[in-house]
Amino acid sequence: MIKKFIYLEWKAFVRSASFGANLAMKILIGFLMVYFSVIFIAMGVGAFYVLKKMNLEPLVTINKFLIYYFLLDLVVRLLMQAIPVLNIKPLLVLPFKKPTIVHFSLGKTALSFFNWVHALFFVPFSVVLIIEGYDILGILFWLLAIFSLIYINNFLNIILSNIDKLFVVFIGLALAFGGAQYYKLFDITIFTTPFFQGLYTIKGLFLIPILLLAGLYAFTFKYFKNNLYLDAGLSKKEDVATTENLSWLNQFGTLGTFLKNDIKLIKRNKRSKTTIIMSFFFLFYGLIFFGNTHQPAVMYIFAGIFVSGGFLFVFGQFVPSWDSSYYQLMMTQNIPYRGYITSKWWLIVIATFISTILASFYLFYGWQVYLTIVVGAIYNIGVNSHLVLLGGAFTKTPIDLSNAGGAFGDKKAFNVNAMLLTLPKLLLPLGLYGIGLYLGDKTLGLMLVAGAGVLGFVFRNKVFSIIEKRYKVEKYSTISAYKQKS
Amino acid sequence: MIQVNQLSKKYNNTTVLNINNLEIPKGQSFGLVGNNGAGKTTFFSLLLDLIQPSTGNIKTNDIQVNTSENWKSFTGSFLDESFLIGYLTPEEYFYFIGDLRHQNKADIDALLKKHEEFFNGEILNNKKYLRDLSKGNQKKVGIIATLIGNPEVIILDEPFANLDPTTVSRLKKIIKELAEDPNVTVLVSSHDLQHTVEVCDRIVALNKGEIVKDIQTSEETLQELESFFAV
Repeated sequence: MIKKFIYLEWKAFVRSASFGANLAMKILIGFLMVYFSVIFIAMGVGAFYVLKKMNLEPLVTINKFLIYYFLLDLVVRLLMQAIPVLNIKPLLVLPFKKPTIVHFSLGKTALSFFNWVHALFFVPFSVVLIIEGYDILGILFWLLAIFSLIYINNFLNIILSNIDKLFVVFIGLALAFGGAQYYKLFDITIFTTPFFQGLYTIKGLFLIPILLLAGLYAFTFKYFKNNLYLDAGLSKKEDVATTENLSWLNQFGTLGTFLKNDIKLIKRNKRSKTTIIMSFFFLFYGLIFFGNTHQPAVMYIFAGIFVSGGFLFVFGQFVPSWDSSYYQLMMTQNIPYRGYITSKWWLIVIATFISTILASFYLFYGWQVYLTIVVGAIYNIGVNSHLVLLGGAFTKTPIDLSNAGGAFGDKKAFNVNAMLLTLPKLLLPLGLYGIGLYLGDKTLGLMLVAGAGVLGFVFRNKVFSIIEKRYKVEKYSTISAYKQKS
Repeated sequence: MIQVNQLSKKYNNTTVLNINNLEIPKGQSFGLVGNNGAGKTTFFSLLLDLIQPSTGNIKTNDIQVNTSENWKSFTGSFLDESFLIGYLTPEEYFYFIGDLRHQNKADIDALLKKHEEFFNGEILNNKKYLRDLSKGNQKKVGIIATLIGNPEVIILDEPFANLDPTTVSRLKKIIKELAEDPNVTVLVSSHDLQHTVEVCDRIVALNKGEIVKDIQTSEETLQELESFFAV
């Protein structure tokens, strides 16, 4: 029976729309995966010696931060780990036993990237510990317990993913604990470190996470099995609809019509809502760079562009794919392409503007840092906004907005491809800023980048004409690409 | 109104549509019948410039559809659910199309009022997004939306499929009304010979992309078509 499942999975994998069609992208992702794997392994090996050098006991230090590690892992999972959907509906009426179906779809999640990526760190780390003379049995039990906890997160994600907005709670929890610890109000690690350390020192303690995991698996299994009905776990969630007029946008004519539609698009679909949350996180990207003296100066502009560019990168990247499910309608209506593109452009500009204002807390780092962000915003509006719209003509990945498949549904929006496409948009300003730094100072660099942005803005109409032409050329292949549902 | 010249569509050397010459005069109600794969939807997609012809062209109102976009302002069409915007309520969808066709809210409200019976109380004010409506109800929305802005050409692909018997007869009434208007050209495709014969002045049968019958509807038409499609 399992053999049949594996056969189906293999076919689904090989024949998925995104496979093969974009070989260059696959290679790039593969390359990045190797890159990050190497980094993780290096971290696993290096962590011991680095911590030792800092006169810290390595295992205790790692154990101290594990609580945050697991909390953040859960947040990342809730945001990004898609629940692999076995195409369940057609199987229900075939002679498969229900437990087999559930075991298989749960087992499939165990192989997820989000699980084994941790092994890349913990396994080398444990090996080093053993080499350095730690108790072999103790370390093995510790590793086993850690993996149980990772898999507990895996199944928690499956159960909790039906509850929207839950990741906010976990982020809040992590921030609250972190903040309290930083300001020495309350230190959660005082309570958790002995437990994690105990996994190593106290023999048999590792059974607790393992039993927990077994219990959680049993619970998840039961939950899914009981919900394996078309009107339960497999049903579509129907929202109560509210009609909105947004008539204040009427004054903008056709532009207003599209803006109205785009606002509803963002508000009423899970995928687009997620992008808004993601772009909010981009705001904090700069915290890694600013105030960190180890970063090369040229990276400042990198952060400046990212801070205000969240929406641009995660939403703008997929214009016109957001409208993919009804693209044929758009193509038969009396729609000027210019109006359509302009509306999306305004949306990006407004979002960039709001992000820039929200980012004003960076003034805390000094006005120069904020100036970098403002310059980044100018560049985003002047150049990047056009680039994403132009790139959109070539993206052609249909987006299934109505993706609401109940307990088994894949509802995650963010993907690696989106991140990769952002890279070229950062190289040019990085180069300009670098030239400025090389020839003069920071101010010259900022002026060059801002100048490019202003120039892009001035030639907006010309650029729009080019984009419009590109969209027209790509029309037929876009329509046929959007017809294939992924 | 619609002029088809040497039109063909090939996919990897398989010809799926090949129409040498076809003329649909203004005001005609035109029915397209044929089995699966006969090329009905392909023809409509070509007519709406959703796919490119391999050879030849289509002109509507002397506008060649794949070179100019001016036909869009007088053409209303509904091919399938991909013409609906799932996250809108039916009302919002009608107003959206209305905005694009330069109709104000009152025009739309009047149109919706007129077709209240067709909606059968299942469409308006139902607190449901289009994506959550049943197939049949989605179709009702799509069909009425094609009428927004009084288009001169109306294209409906398989409008009778998925509809309940009551709605089918109401839809026939609507199409007949449109057919009576000398300014409106209606194009309907269907598997159902009887429905098509009832609402259309002229019926063209396609088989494997070729026109195999072209008849003005009369009393014998249904019989003629039935015997043609019988094996």
